[in-house]
Amino acid sequence: MNFLFDAFAHFNYFITIFLMVSGLYIVVARGNMVKKLVGLSLFQTSVYLLYISPGKILGGTPPIIAEGFKTYANPLPHVLILTAIVVGVATLALGLALVVRINEAFGTIEEDELFAGDLDE
Amino acid sequence: MIEAQLPALQVIIPLFGAVLTALVRHDKASWGIALIVSLMMPVISFALLQQVLATETGIISYALGGWAPPLGIEYRIDLANAFILLLVSVMGALVMAYAPRSVTAEIGRDRASWFYTMYLLCLTGLLGIAITGDAFNIFVFLEVSSLATYVLIALGKDKRAVLSAYQYLIIGTIGATFYVIGIGLLYVMTGTLNLADIANRIGNIEQTRTVLAALAFLTVGISLKLALFPLHVWLPNAYAYAPSVATAFLASTATKVAVYLLLRIFFSVFGVALVFNTLPVSEILLTLSVAAMFGASIVAVFQSNVKRMLAYSSVAQIGYITLGIALANQTGLTGGIVHLFNHALIKGALFLSLGCLVYRMGIVKIEDMSGIGRRMPYTMAAFTVAGLSLIGVPGTVGFVSKWYLAQGAFENGLWWLVAAIMLSSLIAVVYIGRVIEVAYFRDVTAKPITPNRVPLEMLGVTWLLAAATIYFGIDTELTAGMASKAAEILLAGPK
Repeated sequence: MNFLFDAFAHFNYFITIFLMVSGLYIVVARGNMVKKLVGLSLFQTSVYLLYISPGKILGGTPPIIAEGFKTYANPLPHVLILTAIVVGVATLALGLALVVRINEAFGTIEEDELFAGDLDE
Repeated sequence: MIEAQLPALQVIIPLFGAVLTALVRHDKASWGIALIVSLMMPVISFALLQQVLATETGIISYALGGWAPPLGIEYRIDLANAFILLLVSVMGALVMAYAPRSVTAEIGRDRASWFYTMYLLCLTGLLGIAITGDAFNIFVFLEVSSLATYVLIALGKDKRAVLSAYQYLIIGTIGATFYVIGIGLLYVMTGTLNLADIANRIGNIEQTRTVLAALAFLTVGISLKLALFPLHVWLPNAYAYAPSVATAFLASTATKVAVYLLLRIFFSVFGVALVFNTLPVSEILLTLSVAAMFGASIVAVFQSNVKRMLAYSSVAQIGYITLGIALANQTGLTGGIVHLFNHALIKGALFLSLGCLVYRMGIVKIEDMSGIGRRMPYTMAAFTVAGLSLIGVPGTVGFVSKWYLAQGAFENGLWWLVAAIMLSSLIAVVYIGRVIEVAYFRDVTAKPITPNRVPLEMLGVTWLLAAATIYFGIDTELTAGMASKAAEILLAGPK
């Protein structure tokens, strides 16, 4: 019972960790290079949640300096994550561009096919 | 007036240089811009070092944009990062002086301009990580340098270059995300992103599970970036297939800045007491370092691509650096930091001399190198000198760092470790010896691919670095002296 209550009170962290682990699992387990990037994005997205959810205060308002706004949410995590989103998008774009190049050079984006031939020498 | 703004200029100038090269898009003009910027960097970092030495506290604090820390972003420079800034900017300047013909030959004129853009962005990121005192700012610079690095690697001539760039992108992003998770957990616990401020507030809560998890995430994330032994798999291919100039630059700066970041997190944020006395970080790091020194060196012996061989050797040498961190005493840490500098010189010289071989002969494989020492005597002589430094022959820089490391091991009473340091150096004799044997004692077979001799600037920079590995092996006052002071500051912990 106690555990259930804990789980409910911290459900945002459980979702974060679920996304984090499933993203990382996809990166490791999938051989398709586009799918790997999807997993990587999922992994990065989980971090956005990790930052933003503690910034929310129950009953808090948007952070505005004015009459009647006493308890407000922390705006800093949002700003940080805005930066992190930009970084994530840039990484994804570069990753996909590299996959296009790999497809042009090798004719496949499946890792098991790519490493089937002896690439090292 | 301008002196006070130097910390910002150190990062802003290469950033604007990158934009400028991207707009110009002309190979020679872009190189000119990159060279001017790269030559300004050592001047600024040397002036910063002088400023740090002149202050009483030994710390320069610069409020970026006039916003006072801890809320604003603080650029915070002490002797440790002034040393790293100087190292990165000097290596950048040397590599740029070497670059133009090698880049045009390996990348092509049409894409050369983009190479310089990416190089300058990478330089911005690396200098930014070293100079800033804000944890999230470090992440941004980390990604700036990483994204630029992926492109630099992908520009390599071999088609496997894109594949290695992709692999590095996946692993590098996981590393950077781990770093962000760690910083996020610290932020939740302390409510601040300023490294010095985090260190102040962490005292009462350092045994909580969240803070320990943060330390774990940060350690693993940064270890991915610095290629600590089992996390090094991205490095050999990335170094082997990147353009020669990029390999030389990355090998001598990128992993070194990551090591600096680890030092900062361990010593200036969490402190020696928690990391090394309470937690078994020292034991773990020691085991992995020794595994790197032997494992990676042995793999290096069996490589036929010399660039790849040197890349594995880099993993082994990073083992020596982390060994110095693991010892966590004054002498050992001095050894680690001085090896950071020395290894940058050595690997710079080795990779640049390989760049000369690629330029003139188009070869990187050991079996194609037979008799190359007689055909290209100056290049191979530089390779030999730097190779001897890598082994750690007395009178070279490699000996200085290993001497400090061995003494540090003595101080901790780890006798077997002294033997391990010497034994692993013997493996370096084998793989460097293989190249020297083929280059000097076999018949000449290789045919040049270009009638041009190796240009003077390429040979000059290579020789400058090779000579530096001898010079700093004899005159250790500057390097070891500074490393020892930096170690003192780091061991003293957060102020």
